[in-house]
Amino acid sequence: MLQLLLEPLQYDFMQRSLIVAVLVGILCAVVGSYLMVQRLALLGDAISHSVMPGLAIAFAIEANIFIGAFIAGVLSTLLIALIHTRSPIKEDTAMGIVFSAFFALGITLITVIQKTNKVDLNHFLFGNILGVSWSDVISTVVIAAIVVVIIVLIFKELQFYTFDPVGAQAAGLPVNLLNFGLMILIALTIVASLKVVGVILVLALLVTPGATAYLLVTRLHWMMILGALLSVISSVSGMYLSYYFNLPSGPAVVLVSASFFTVAFLFSPQHGLLTHPQSGSALTPLWREVKGLLPWQRSRR
Amino acid sequence: MTAMNPQFPFPAVSLCQPGGVKQVAQSLIQPKVTVSQLTVHYRMVQALQNVSLTIQPGRLTGIIGPNGAGKSTMLKAMLGLVPVMQGDVIYGDHPLADQLDRVAYVPQRSQIDWTYPATVWDVVMMGRVRKAGWFRRFSNVSRQVALSALDRVGMSEFRDRPIGQLSGGQQQRVFLARALAEEADIFCLDEPLTGIDQKTETVIFDILRELAQAEKTVIVVNHDLGEAITHFDDLILLNRELIACGDRQSVLRPENMHKGYGGMVNFFSTMAA
Repeated sequence: MLQLLLEPLQYDFMQRSLIVAVLVGILCAVVGSYLMVQRLALLGDAISHSVMPGLAIAFAIEANIFIGAFIAGVLSTLLIALIHTRSPIKEDTAMGIVFSAFFALGITLITVIQKTNKVDLNHFLFGNILGVSWSDVISTVVIAAIVVVIIVLIFKELQFYTFDPVGAQAAGLPVNLLNFGLMILIALTIVASLKVVGVILVLALLVTPGATAYLLVTRLHWMMILGALLSVISSVSGMYLSYYFNLPSGPAVVLVSASFFTVAFLFSPQHGLLTHPQSGSALTPLWREVKGLLPWQRSRR
Repeated sequence: MTAMNPQFPFPAVSLCQPGGVKQVAQSLIQPKVTVSQLTVHYRMVQALQNVSLTIQPGRLTGIIGPNGAGKSTMLKAMLGLVPVMQGDVIYGDHPLADQLDRVAYVPQRSQIDWTYPATVWDVVMMGRVRKAGWFRRFSNVSRQVALSALDRVGMSEFRDRPIGQLSGGQQQRVFLARALAEEADIFCLDEPLTGIDQKTETVIFDILRELAQAEKTVIVVNHDLGEAITHFDDLILLNRELIACGDRQSVLRPENMHKGYGGMVNFFSTMAA
């Protein structure tokens, strides 16, 4: 058993990828909790897709791809905010427009530079955790430390703001600054996670652990702590699964995380589908309406 | 009328601000809120036009008017929570929007996501965030203040209850406790009487009356014109502009109510007497 756990660790690349996976897991669970409680899960998806052109440009001019991705991510949130405050377009539509445009631009740029540079579009889309270097590990450690320290320092202000933005504003908190700061933290987190799961699956790391924890505990900081714990377990076991069964690492992590959610969804003491069967009858009214449309049901009336 | 509790809710904490006796003496002559020419537009629609009035401390002031009259907008515009086209709101010598640390605001219950992962205690402690200051943990004083606020609204036994498991009235009392914990001079409540039980209504008016007696400014947006309206000393009647303001009796005169509600509340004229 111990041999099974230790064997992958003799490889340098496995050590590096495990460190990064654990750090990213913690980071995503904590920051993703804010996305979830603000009903902004789509924003996580939007930012992660929007970093693509930044990645591509940074790659082409041989700059730090973390910085390129970060700039593109922040730019996209500013654009989304501009569209939805300066026009009658709603926020979710603004996100859809901006992130698909950025994503399309990113794909185009990568396809163009693919011919001269040796880059693989798949690595951007699905991550390449086995290819992380020690400098990537250091970048991840720095980003994780910055984000976690900031969240610990302004936890009570962020909690007030995310629960009751108008109340927080009325109490004199700088809500626009808090909102922008939160967007920066989210963008940093997504940038740090790209190596692990790539653009497409980042959202899973952001919302799934937090959502799982939300079904089990009732306070924001417990949600973050339990979410981080679940996330670390998912990351590590996903990596081992990928090592022993030769599975793609990012998807393996996401699938483990999703199975934790499934268990909580079914068996949560407060909200579980099976532990509270009466709340699990969402399909019954639909079925009744479908039955009402059937011809022999109608003729009976 | 509500049974009045002669005791002030938190003598120990509310009057014992740093500065001692001088501060206490000052707090007995509270300034009034002066609104002049307040105009608010939402995109193309005019929400409030040229509202000018004063709001006195030490009195319960209600903002009334039909749906869409701009009652909540008025409250939010006074605090600078929505963009204002023109006009000033002065408290003492400065704009009220620059003194939000002296304001406690209770939003409409429907604006809040009650599935948020927080307990009653978490919400009440939000009232101490500003006082605690940036990068700091809550002090013991803050905990004491929050505890007595929770006690005052009769919710201390629900301290650890998730907010989603409370009734509407209990949620409203938690928000009132949060406002009390802010130890403010101006209390602004947006439709606190919507969808609550009789007990909560009594608790709310007891506390608001005590606050007024302590020379606080108390402003309440009130949707319905039921019996609850008799609790207010002063009323502000809005319908996208100021129809009438002043003491309750004078505002509730039939000609004002006609103008404000467009003749829909004829029956109401009896109430004014």
